[in-house]
Amino acid sequence: MLFKTIKKQDFFDVFLPDTQCIGPKKVGTNTNGKPIYQFLPFSSFDEIDLDYDTTEYSAKTYFLPYKETLSSFSFKDNDWTQEIKYRTRPRVIIGLHPCDINGLIKLDKVFEKTLFPNPYYITRRQNTFVVGIDCKEPCDGGFCSSVGANTVTHGFDLFLTDIGDRYFVKIGSDRAFNALQKIKTSEITKKDNEIYLQIRNKFEGSFEKTVHVENLPNLLDIEFESDVWRKWGEKCLSCGACAMVCPTCYCYGVTEHISMDFNKSDKIKQLYSCNLNDFAQVAGGHNFRPEPATRLKYRYYHQHRGFVESFGQPMCVGCNRCGRVCLAGINPTDVISDLQREQKR
Amino acid sequence: MKKIMQSYDIRHETDMVEPLDFNRRSRLKDVDRCFKAEITNVIRLTDMEKLFQIRMVNDKDWERFTFLPGQFVMLELPGYGEIPISFSSSPSIRSTIELCIRKAGKVTQALHKAKRGAIVGLRGPFGTYFPMEPMKGNNILLIAGGLGLAPLRAPISFVIENRADFKEVHILYGAKDPSQLLFDYQYEEWHRIDDINLEVIVEQPDKSWIGPVGLITKLLDDIQITPDETYAIVCGPPIMFKFVCKRLSEMGVPMQRMFVSLERRMHCGVGKCCRCNIGSTYTCLDGPVFDFWTVMNLKEAI
Repeated sequence: MLFKTIKKQDFFDVFLPDTQCIGPKKVGTNTNGKPIYQFLPFSSFDEIDLDYDTTEYSAKTYFLPYKETLSSFSFKDNDWTQEIKYRTRPRVIIGLHPCDINGLIKLDKVFEKTLFPNPYYITRRQNTFVVGIDCKEPCDGGFCSSVGANTVTHGFDLFLTDIGDRYFVKIGSDRAFNALQKIKTSEITKKDNEIYLQIRNKFEGSFEKTVHVENLPNLLDIEFESDVWRKWGEKCLSCGACAMVCPTCYCYGVTEHISMDFNKSDKIKQLYSCNLNDFAQVAGGHNFRPEPATRLKYRYYHQHRGFVESFGQPMCVGCNRCGRVCLAGINPTDVISDLQREQKR
Repeated sequence: MKKIMQSYDIRHETDMVEPLDFNRRSRLKDVDRCFKAEITNVIRLTDMEKLFQIRMVNDKDWERFTFLPGQFVMLELPGYGEIPISFSSSPSIRSTIELCIRKAGKVTQALHKAKRGAIVGLRGPFGTYFPMEPMKGNNILLIAGGLGLAPLRAPISFVIENRADFKEVHILYGAKDPSQLLFDYQYEEWHRIDDINLEVIVEQPDKSWIGPVGLITKLLDDIQITPDETYAIVCGPPIMFKFVCKRLSEMGVPMQRMFVSLERRMHCGVGKCCRCNIGSTYTCLDGPVFDFWTVMNLKEAI
């Protein structure tokens, strides 16, 4: 990894005005008077705030849109032709926190590094210049340090850490290295390293929420019939909001939409949630997971048991977005600690 | 002492005979592209099921479309949707494929109205298959309940075509009532083949039924097998193969030699949409054919 330092005011000159830029924009305030941020397109750096704590939605929507057309059929004389498009324009996303970048790394495993690579995801990922930035302090309920998602070493083009008047920059790709040729950068000194480590250590020591996930694959198997699932399942409204804001949830449904003149049909993919009632329902009406409790359990099972089996790490990045968005007050640290308490009893 | 382990020789692995297809990754990038295919015949099997004979519109596509018994295809009905369907025909027939489809949901209802000549899309084949090659030289039990005969017809055809490679062959089929029996016009043909034991049983007989009455497990009572030399393929509703496999276990057939085919909702077929997940096992990639040991270890599989 190459490291540099850049003066804060110099950094923003890197990006060309003709590329679409996306960053954390303040969109309102919540009932407690705290600002609400979202990743949105911007045209001037005054519009974004890199010191934001967290966004309501994750940045996955720019890689896995909530709705996208997989292919279109046009009909003519009892025949059809299929058209598939997956080209995208290059764009820049600025200000991703380690949780979002770790989320992308996990999505890469699913969509790029498997038997059937997904062209729709790959074009978006390859055409996006990712600029990450370290958090200043843990966000509300965040437990990224517990799942090893508080730091990143790959999966980005540039990664910034605020060290006072300058950014400590990790360069993650050759295109980022080339982009930095345009501005004044400095080599890192021993002092910079010390400041960087000091800031990181302080940050890592300031987590209020911690949870042990190492034992979860085993525990989830043993506690498959546990009452804990019924307890939390009864609260669950099966709304699927947790999956929508999650940086790593990727399951989807495909439906076909026919045009009013019957000449065209679009095959549309829409992100889904395993908490929705008909997720595992098959033709004929049988539902393999009819109760909210079994669906909620499946979500945890996939994140902390199944994904570990397939890829050696949990799918969860500990951002607690699902916990904050949940109307029923279900949050992952509480569910997991409850399960672990159950085991000790 | 009872023999608990059989010697395993990796040189007998069929995968090792041919070089692996290292190119497979790049070839499959356009995962949403359909093969264009035409319905050539529609055969009514029962009130609920029809058999569709389908061929490729471009003859060249056959070169890229080979399948094995137990695999499935995503059948696209443009404007309606896409459904996963197991192959019902022999993989050695290289001019047409047969799909047995029950009228169950939106897409299948539309499909049942489709006429000869309709153009559909095929994506696949996908999934695991019944390991027919390692089964050679052994007895084989082919057991189906209800619609389970649809996926089982592919391995049945394979076994009939390669009859000399197998020892005893038993085909056991059970249905609710005689009106629900699939492929009834073929029983006569299978029955006449020398040395294939075909038994059909129904739960609720009508007046003209002269065959045995009861559950499918009843047919196993009369069968004497050498468990060490027996493979079983069981297709049907989960409740049926649960009892059948339990029964076969009691008879001494190892669980890793019993194969079942699972049914799940699927929206992609390529291990992305998660709709077919059992725990985090993708039915479309790691299945639909599983050995019974794996099924026993999957939570909520049956």
